[in-house]
Amino acid sequence: MAEAVVRLAGIRKAYNVGTPAEAEVLHGIDVALEKGDLCALMGPSGSGKSTLLNIVGLLDRPTSGQLSIDGRESSGLDDRALTELRGRSIGFVFQYHHLIPAFTALENVMMPMLVDRGRPDDAMRERAESLLESVGLTQWKDNLATNMSGGQQQRVAVARALAMNPALILADEPTGNLDTKSAQGVFDLLREVNRMRGTTLLIVTHNHELAAQCGRIVEIVDGRLTSDRRIHQEKRSTA
Amino acid sequence: MRNGLPFEWIASSRFLLEGRMQSVAILAGVSIGVGVIIFMSAALAGMQANFIRRVLSAQAHIVLLPPQEVARPLRERSAEAAIVQKPYQRVRSIDQWQKTMKEVGAMAAVSAVSPMASGPVLAVRGVASRAVTAMGVDPDLYYRIVPLPEKIVAGRARLNVDDIIIGTDLANDLGVSVGDKIVVTSGAGAGATLTISGIVDLGTKGANQRNTYVALHTAQALLGLVGGVSSIDVTVQDVYAAERIAQAIAAAQGVEADSWILTNAQFFSAVNAQIVANTTIRFFVGLAIAFGIAAVLIVSVVQKSKEIGILRAMGASRGQILRVFLLQGAVLGLLGSLAGSALGGAAIYLWQTFVRNPDGTPLFPMEQDPRLFAAAAVLATLTGLAAAVAPAMRGARLDPVVAIRG
Repeated sequence: MAEAVVRLAGIRKAYNVGTPAEAEVLHGIDVALEKGDLCALMGPSGSGKSTLLNIVGLLDRPTSGQLSIDGRESSGLDDRALTELRGRSIGFVFQYHHLIPAFTALENVMMPMLVDRGRPDDAMRERAESLLESVGLTQWKDNLATNMSGGQQQRVAVARALAMNPALILADEPTGNLDTKSAQGVFDLLREVNRMRGTTLLIVTHNHELAAQCGRIVEIVDGRLTSDRRIHQEKRSTA
Repeated sequence: MRNGLPFEWIASSRFLLEGRMQSVAILAGVSIGVGVIIFMSAALAGMQANFIRRVLSAQAHIVLLPPQEVARPLRERSAEAAIVQKPYQRVRSIDQWQKTMKEVGAMAAVSAVSPMASGPVLAVRGVASRAVTAMGVDPDLYYRIVPLPEKIVAGRARLNVDDIIIGTDLANDLGVSVGDKIVVTSGAGAGATLTISGIVDLGTKGANQRNTYVALHTAQALLGLVGGVSSIDVTVQDVYAAERIAQAIAAAQGVEADSWILTNAQFFSAVNAQIVANTTIRFFVGLAIAFGIAAVLIVSVVQKSKEIGILRAMGASRGQILRVFLLQGAVLGLLGSLAGSALGGAAIYLWQTFVRNPDGTPLFPMEQDPRLFAAAAVLATLTGLAAAVAPAMRGARLDPVVAIRG
């Protein structure tokens, strides 16, 4: 068995704990993502998949349960340590508000390295340039984020997610806001990242067509894991 | 994004530039406030310095006088109901004045001492006569305290035994000019004919009518004070320490010591009232600046909450977010104070240039003290920093999940 990049054991999440309005949205999730997994996370609205994604992304803490990222146990880490683990091990691609508008495409890609190391240098710049080249946006590098199309912005976001060479990339409906052609382009880019770099990807999506192109589909309904399928390699390549 | 600049600098300057309208508006507000503070401070300092200069250019900082004469009723059983009358104060010499003068002159805080024999005399020319004060001085010593030569409008500040220097108004009243002779007589009947060697303008009508300067020996002879002096003038290094020094001299020498602070008490209470009013206004202007900066930053934190969330997701720490917004406050304060300094400086210049006395001299000189501008810059920066604390903490505490979901 390959090493687990993400391991969740008995993850529960409740809101308004201790009040009459207490509501548990995750009722004990156990799942492990292995290195190189390309996993789609599906489920109806309100099923808890965004909450799960936030917990895996260390943006939110579970009420109970164990979570380890890249081999590091997260419970017991303080905010500073969580921030550092998140910055170095996890890349994010969001559906909306992809980029920081006050910065250019290149600077947005540099940003995770910048907040990690404090001051920009040539090495950061070169890495960001090569990442932008790999997503095919070299000639757009000095554009402000707001002067690009949605698909272009999302490609920049993918390049940015790769900046720290993370073990895991989390994508929350990365194509939900794009037209079909751009959506397929961004999805192909994510798949390529997965194949070429071996990065583990967890993608929340409503799109069955795109999900079908993933190697693994995890479904949750009402806060419980209802299915975890691996799709055969050949089937994926013919899809 | 220049190499080597800290992330916090880069992000805060970009955020300020992005919200250009907000930044420009608050900068205008801050600079007007700082300009007002600078102008008011310079006006206050100028007015005060001008007053003090005027007051002190014609009088000593401390005047030493012989102790007042008091009546000492005989304590006898039969005299219980005696009326004690206040004795009259004759012109008297300070006991052992040379010794007192030498000892006071040796004090570190004292810069100059000068003996004076002064008393009331009558200045007569023909049928015109005026009651004046004859101030007998040793010019070498006295001019170090009151620079009469600088105030001469006609003639010279020469004081030989038969010379007299009079004020411009007295010269008018008596119809005399330099070189004319006047007769000076004292109440005791002594008299002398003196030549006017110079006419001075002492700055106030009262002094110009009343003050006459003669040689020390001449005054001693006129006033019956042979070998004695009626007062000793003292100047000190620090004019504001005059009262403290005066008390020390009084205690050590057994003389009365009146400081200019005591003799100009009304002026000081006016100055103090000015300072209080001014400080209050400056404080509230400063407060308005702080709230303005805070308001802009609070709005900015709300507007940028998504960006803050994204930065946090990408590994930016709470401390980094906090510093990004603190810096914005400090930068707004600093830039505002620079613009405000220019504004205040321009206002001072315009005031000096256009607001003038009828004779064309400035109403009062205002000094553009560089320390004032430096202090304004430091204070405004700190004010901006302080105003940014609450918004910055709010930004740093944002829950990234909530911020990103927006």
